[in-house]
Amino acid sequence: MPTNILMPALSPTMEEGTLTKWLVKEGDDVRSGDVIAEIETDKATMEVEAVDEGKLAKIVVHEGTENVKVNAVIAIIAEEGEDASAVKAPAPETKKALSPQPSSQKGEGEVVVASKPESPLPAGERKGPAAEGGGKVRGAAPTDTARIFASPLARRIAADKGVDLAAVQGTGPHGRIVKADVEKAKPGAPAPRPAAQGAAPAAGPAIDPRAFYEKDSYEEIPLDGMRKTIARRLTQAMQEIPHFYLTIDCELDELLRIRKELNAKTGADEKNAVKLSVNDFIVRAAALALVKVPNANVSFAGTSLLKHKHADVGIAVALDGGLITPIIRHAETKGLAEISTEAKSLAERARTKKLKPQEFEGGSFSISNLGMFGIKSFTAVINPPQAAILAVGRGEERPVVKNGKLEIATVMTVTMSCDHRAIDGALGATFLEAFKAFVEYPPSMLL
Amino acid sequence: MAEVNYDLVVIGSGPGGYVAAIRASQLGLKAAIVERAELGGICLNWGCIPTKALLRSAEIYHTLHRLEEFGLKADNISFDAEAVVKRSRKVANQLSNGVKFLMKKNKIDVIEGTAKLGKPGFVSVEGKSGKSEIAAKNIILATGARARTLPGIEPDGKLIWTYREAMVPPAMPKSLLVIGSGAIGIEFASFYRAFGVEVTVVEVLDRILPVEDAEISDFAAKSFKKQGMKLITSAKVEKLDKGKDSVTATISLKDGKSETITVERVISAVGIAGNVENLGLEEAGVKIERGHVVVNEWLETGVKGVYAIGDLVGAPWLAHKASHEGVIAVERIAGVKGLHPLDVTKVPGCTYSSPQIASVGLTEARAKEGGREIKVGRFPFIGNGKAIALGEPEGLVKTIFDAKTGELLGAHMVGAEVTELIQGYTVARSLETTEAELMHTIFPHPTLSETMHESVLDAFGRALHI
Repeated sequence: MPTNILMPALSPTMEEGTLTKWLVKEGDDVRSGDVIAEIETDKATMEVEAVDEGKLAKIVVHEGTENVKVNAVIAIIAEEGEDASAVKAPAPETKKALSPQPSSQKGEGEVVVASKPESPLPAGERKGPAAEGGGKVRGAAPTDTARIFASPLARRIAADKGVDLAAVQGTGPHGRIVKADVEKAKPGAPAPRPAAQGAAPAAGPAIDPRAFYEKDSYEEIPLDGMRKTIARRLTQAMQEIPHFYLTIDCELDELLRIRKELNAKTGADEKNAVKLSVNDFIVRAAALALVKVPNANVSFAGTSLLKHKHADVGIAVALDGGLITPIIRHAETKGLAEISTEAKSLAERARTKKLKPQEFEGGSFSISNLGMFGIKSFTAVINPPQAAILAVGRGEERPVVKNGKLEIATVMTVTMSCDHRAIDGALGATFLEAFKAFVEYPPSMLL
Repeated sequence: MAEVNYDLVVIGSGPGGYVAAIRASQLGLKAAIVERAELGGICLNWGCIPTKALLRSAEIYHTLHRLEEFGLKADNISFDAEAVVKRSRKVANQLSNGVKFLMKKNKIDVIEGTAKLGKPGFVSVEGKSGKSEIAAKNIILATGARARTLPGIEPDGKLIWTYREAMVPPAMPKSLLVIGSGAIGIEFASFYRAFGVEVTVVEVLDRILPVEDAEISDFAAKSFKKQGMKLITSAKVEKLDKGKDSVTATISLKDGKSETITVERVISAVGIAGNVENLGLEEAGVKIERGHVVVNEWLETGVKGVYAIGDLVGAPWLAHKASHEGVIAVERIAGVKGLHPLDVTKVPGCTYSSPQIASVGLTEARAKEGGREIKVGRFPFIGNGKAIALGEPEGLVKTIFDAKTGELLGAHMVGAEVTELIQGYTVARSLETTEAELMHTIFPHPTLSETMHESVLDAFGRALHI
């Protein structure tokens, strides 16, 4: 029986991707584990491995095709002895697969990550009920329709707990979500977006800007996956999340002095040379402030608040044509050197699109630093499912009044955007107060 | 045969073993089954099936005494104990042959003989034609269990019976003492009582059918007493003194006193013990605790490739539990994905006495453990049209729901045909329905099953016919 290779969901938020390259040709023998294609998702380029063995009978989606929906049939593998040439693309099924997928409804960054990038969901496990019999029982098979199969009891418990069923991997027959699955799931993201919206690449502007310009007065550049995701997610974030902003000034002189000392010390030891940046201090200060003010370390989950047990701090990294926010997990447990090394590695891999989804999905807080561009202060859009983001401006010498005297201090202005559904003004202020204290007197970060 | 390397060798062909072998064959495994006695094991030959044949005779005989109630007449109603037993044996035989056919159909090699674990990867079988070593990549131990014996009441097969002799009585005794009021004890008590035998049941715990919900136990006890059965609970048979054709039992009662009764025959039904002996288990490293093989949730013994299922691994001692474990073990061997371990709260239990008793899931007492809030529904057969028409107004259906989630935690039934009805609730539990789906399920009228609907409705204050 021929096996369909489906467009894998490389991350819970992936809805579609670009099939950038086929590494095998029709007629090639493929073995389980062979890298057969490359896919560019909204955030990274991934390799697709074959899970079944056989002859690549047909390439259904040709390389360079954009907007290939998750779960669409991209190729067909024929088993040994099957006439590969006789295998035809299952046209109706392809169409079906193009309809909104359940995986496309998955909320952001919760419990179930569909697959690791190195091993996309095995095609063999995606067989529908038709593949039954012969003993190879499929595991949790994503269903082909938008309907989520869940037992009534699972549905009720999910509703009580605030678990988003779309994000739960079912372990019952045919991937049906059963009680045990929901009990294992943490209360997750808000209710799933409606299917139609979920599949929409990005809400286009209400008015087509093309109407305002002469046709040859601009170059039209199609959105790549990342740009689409940014457009969609940030539009959604701005529309759904009631933002408010808190601004505070932090003096950096002590921090800069300590940084200089530390860098001089570690610089002497060639092997372990770590050059700490101001941002490394900011990450640690934010992480410790989140621990100190745990109510600010939350996500809004519709019927509940998720109070995170760790400070997973995202750092916005600018890329060519976009940005991404890789996450330093459990940042509160990491020292400055570790944060520094990890941040560099994440940023480097973000720039080369080598991040794994679990390295940028989720997180409990973000930091966006535009100080290096000379920006004094700005506001940032919250990165769901998080509830706050800190916009960090440039540290600069400014006149400050201390005890009635004019002095010069290095001052950095930070602005926190808060999700008012989860964080109120006083809470946000308490967090910033704690943050400021850590930044202004870094030795307190040792306590 | 020695050159065949089986993917699976099953030791024991009871409902656990033979089902495992069939499932293995369906999954493309080369399987063999070793049986030292009759195909089908105790269940088909000396347990579930022949007793149901006996109880059917008892039921018809009982009904014959109620003919006038239905406007019918018959004279000289009597029975032929030998013929009743003969029919039971015929039924058992027919089914054992059925298993033989199923083995053939599924290309499963049946090896007659007594098996034990050999060197790793081998089963050694001692048959009529001598010893042989059979190569097996996987082995499922499904040797079942036998009647447990207590000191002082050792069965002798003549005056003191186990299920085995109780199933083939040469004649009806005048009086009978049944020790133990589990399903086996109660079924025999019910069978013999129907044929007019004076039956006394002694139970060490404070109620009969102790695994059932207390309310159901009480209901059944009242019913049995009405039929003339004598039930002594919280009591222990201390010793049995055998006479020529009678046995005198000394029973210590809960108030410290003791009582002696003399009966013609005694049936010992005090539980079962796993057949763990002479299987080479200790040598192979298979762990045994309290007469049962120790396994994990996937029926693995801890010795590579050796699984154990059914009565051998412990309660509930039920054929369908063994069969399901057989399927799980085989699917585990075959690497089937998405497997779930057996959930005992989804295993129904049936007692085929008159009235019948059937249940699945938690009893009320168990459901309340841990402070869980529950809702309990009850509906009596007397409120059901079909029960009245059948002349079976004695019965009760009790349902227990989690008040918070609506999960059907347990269902407990006593009355006519409830053993055939319980599967409705079992399906409901398997599908994880809540009260809402059960309420919206349309039950056919007029049937006994309507009592199941009403009980659910009652749990939420919505019963219609009461």
